Amino acid sequence: MDTNKFNYILQQADNCLILGQRLGEWCGHGPILEQDIAMTNISLDLIGQARLFYQYAAELQDEGKTEDDLAYLRDAWDFRNVKLVEQPNGDFAQTIIRQFLYDTFSCYYYEALKESNDERLASIAAKSHKETLYHVKWSGDWVLRLGDGTSESHERAQSALDLLRPYADELVIPSEADQKAAEEGYGPDLGKIAELRSEKLNAVLSESTLNVPESGFTHSGGKDGRHTEHLGYILADLQFLQRAYPGNKW
Amino acid sequence: MVISREEIMKILEEVKDPEIPVISIYDLGILRDVRVNEDDVEVIITPTYTGCPAMLEIQKDINNQLKKEGINNFRVTTVLSPAWSTDFMTEEGKAKLMEYGISPPNPSDENDIECPHCHSHNTKMLSQFGSTACKALYKCNDCQEPFYYFKCH
Repeated sequence: MDTNKFNYILQQADNCLILGQRLGEWCGHGPILEQDIAMTNISLDLIGQARLFYQYAAELQDEGKTEDDLAYLRDAWDFRNVKLVEQPNGDFAQTIIRQFLYDTFSCYYYEALKESNDERLASIAAKSHKETLYHVKWSGDWVLRLGDGTSESHERAQSALDLLRPYADELVIPSEADQKAAEEGYGPDLGKIAELRSEKLNAVLSESTLNVPESGFTHSGGKDGRHTEHLGYILADLQFLQRAYPGNKW
Repeated sequence: MVISREEIMKILEEVKDPEIPVISIYDLGILRDVRVNEDDVEVIITPTYTGCPAMLEIQKDINNQLKKEGINNFRVTTVLSPAWSTDFMTEEGKAKLMEYGISPPNPSDENDIECPHCHSHNTKMLSQFGSTACKALYKCNDCQEPFYYFKCH
């Protein structure tokens, strides 16, 4: 098995699954019906994307395992998602900021991954890219509404940004898997994506009258399996059924 | 196999989208191709959205429909490439959507959406996301009725 490719695919698969699970927590709790539905729709897209990546990873692994084994039977240290996506929902502003920090990465990431020399990854990217364009439009519109809205919405959006901005750069800092993937041509160069993302991010944030926190500190380690305490709780929820009743089917 | 590709396509014309039961999977562009091989039939489908929960239902419906017609030796394959887009939807499919009350995708201008009730173009988007991943919620400023728009993709 190509271990590097397997790990590389898991990074994005896990980002999608964990963020999808987080958004799913809003189901029935959204501030208004339309936005409740929007968040669960985006969650559904993300879990759909996660499935495509897991299916491919399971095939590469070639141990008779399936997408379900990868999602339900790995422990926290095997997960390769960035720390940003496992951060709690907080209030609506926090969820929106987290989503926007992720979407501004994923829309450029998928666009670049369409050029992968791995046809399977390129076709997953082509499909996912279209979905992500809707996501970034939605989260970007909300950043603008909250940032340039009332003094309370501005304050909440600003404190969410102060809290979460230090988690966003992990997405564009290459891990060993990212580096090898770029060298071998099946993954994009994250440097270029970082530039495009910053441009978009800063344009929307400044239009939203939000200040980008100046600290250059970046949380990292998620891509290598070192997570915040939140991931364990997410997995406890997500994996409970398969852990308690192994092999149980819907 | 003694059955022709056209006959299979005709049988599958009966398989409708579970969420929008007036439109067949062929009209929707989900049914990509049918291959009649020497010893079996291959039905090739493609998902509209990656997380579309209707895909499993559609696969089951294809199974049931083919078996009902006495065809037992077949397999359903899912392909991702080329990615499904609303361009795969037939003109007939778009007309059926409009009649059903869902405004069909308008790739030339997503800001100019027709109300399926009174056909006014004076409409506005309420939410980009609707009851299913493929639809957005709109409102007509003339007849005041809400409606769904099938998003371009």
